[in-house]
Amino acid sequence: MNTPVKEDRTAGDRLTRYPKHIREDWFGRVYVYLCVALMVVTIFSIVWFIASKGLNPFVSGAIGIPDLLLGHVWKPEGEPPLFGALPFLAGSASVSFIAAAIAAPFGFCAAVFMTQIAPKLGRTVLQPAIELLAGIPSVVYGFVGLSVIVPFLRDNFPGQGFGILAGAIVLSIMILPTVTSIATDALSTLPAGLREGSFALGATRWQTIYRLILPTTLPSLLTGIVLGISRAFGEALAVQMVIGNAPHVPRSLLESAATLTSIITLEMGNTVGGSLHNNVLWSLALILLLMTFLFVFIVRMLERRAKR
Amino acid sequence: MSRVNQVKNRLFTISVWVVAACVILFVFGLLFLILQRGLPSLTWDFIFGLPSEIEEGGGIGPALFNSFYMLFLSMAIAVPLGLASGIYLAEFAPENKLIGFVRICVEGLASVPSIIFGLFGIALFVEMFQLGLTIIGGAVSLAFLNLPVITRVTEEAIRSVPGELKNASFALGATHLQTIRRVLIPSSINGIVTGICLASGRAFGESAVIILTAGVTTSGVMWDFNLMSPGETLAVHLWYVQSEAIVPDAQQISQKAAAVLLFVVLAINVVFRIPLWIRERRFR
Repeated sequence: MNTPVKEDRTAGDRLTRYPKHIREDWFGRVYVYLCVALMVVTIFSIVWFIASKGLNPFVSGAIGIPDLLLGHVWKPEGEPPLFGALPFLAGSASVSFIAAAIAAPFGFCAAVFMTQIAPKLGRTVLQPAIELLAGIPSVVYGFVGLSVIVPFLRDNFPGQGFGILAGAIVLSIMILPTVTSIATDALSTLPAGLREGSFALGATRWQTIYRLILPTTLPSLLTGIVLGISRAFGEALAVQMVIGNAPHVPRSLLESAATLTSIITLEMGNTVGGSLHNNVLWSLALILLLMTFLFVFIVRMLERRAKR
Repeated sequence: MSRVNQVKNRLFTISVWVVAACVILFVFGLLFLILQRGLPSLTWDFIFGLPSEIEEGGGIGPALFNSFYMLFLSMAIAVPLGLASGIYLAEFAPENKLIGFVRICVEGLASVPSIIFGLFGIALFVEMFQLGLTIIGGAVSLAFLNLPVITRVTEEAIRSVPGELKNASFALGATHLQTIRRVLIPSSINGIVTGICLASGRAFGESAVIILTAGVTTSGVMWDFNLMSPGETLAVHLWYVQSEAIVPDAQQISQKAAAVLLFVVLAINVVFRIPLWIRERRFR
């Protein structure tokens, strides 16, 4: 970088007036700008592709928005074809909320264990163990669900074992790492003085946790849970393998059901592009995308509250 | 301090210990269950063999090869782009409305479900470019899925480098690019490689994207480097065998495939971090 500027090349070339490292600097700048632009273009084209295809059935008048959102019957082959997405909406929502309800207490306990009770054991054993869970591929979860959880439910409860409950159990294991890591972050960034002050006043650990730590970190804990729900909502194959794929509104947790993602994976490959059935599947994808953005929005709101 | 409170406290502590122990036991039990069912009966014939549609004894060779091939391709696309975007957001990005918007985009992209990326791949490669279900379509869609993850990890890693290092480099007369290349990246390499490993593990086990963009069949031959052939990966094969195929030994195939899948994902996470551990040791 300290070598004198060489100006012995073609005199007319403007670039050579600058030394090599300056030119490199410019080149690097342009490259990173392009990469970020690509990212923005990607998200816009995703939204554009899915919205343009997903809105097609409504624009062409083949089906009304209320018919899709509130219809009970999904019969794409029927005469006339019926496209009611309520079974999938109900299935997706119940599976992800139950999964979060199962994962939240475990995640909170694990986080309390790692930050308040046995930090050393927590950091060396519990945290790596939970991180391992995040690395296991979703189809492997689906397979374990299919070969362990479904037979277990079949033997111990009425029904075939496939259904909302099986899906929720599989998903709760999958979202446990998300919930735990965010809860752990929240608990460990709490000012130490708060906890020590509570102990100094004679509070026990339990009192400190549920009177002080739980209320202070509640927005962050909720962030973790919402992120978990959002992940569960979008998960496709693990759920598809254990939920039974029956397109009706389930009346019990043990009855087979379907979700937005499972119906898209199952039927997208079997329909012709451009047909009404295919376009309605894109509408379901649009609902899924909008739900995702809603979750991102909720998370941002919660984070803003957590900062205050 | 009343007696009741002490009992409550004791009960709470015990229950948290029990939950933590259960979680640990559960995780190791799960790993043991998957590996123990599949690994003992694994043979080279199975790993390199061709899959069969009807008869018993099909292997996973082409699917396994496609998994690695597609992982390599998608990472070759996603890593340079993701690193650059992360560096931009950490180093060059001014604090204004536009960059705030870009950040929202990256966050949004990171939380978009993988199946949506699969649909994006269909819209782009199958319908717009008329390529059909191909390896290149799957790899590019997978790269889009990993791009925001790598970007965020890089940004965080580079932001965590102490400012003194950067200032010292500038003081020596280095340009911004030289500082990034010689100072910032080497000192944040640990975080970046860890993030890339996580993303690779995720890409290796990803299935929804591949089913939609690369299909559930292989070209049927081993070592097929053709970018235009259908590219079923191991994860997809596991799903396919369990839910649609009619082979009689589906259960055995899936047990072994699940074990291989898990083994490779764990290996990716361990093997690539060994050089980092060695490096860290040396610096101490």
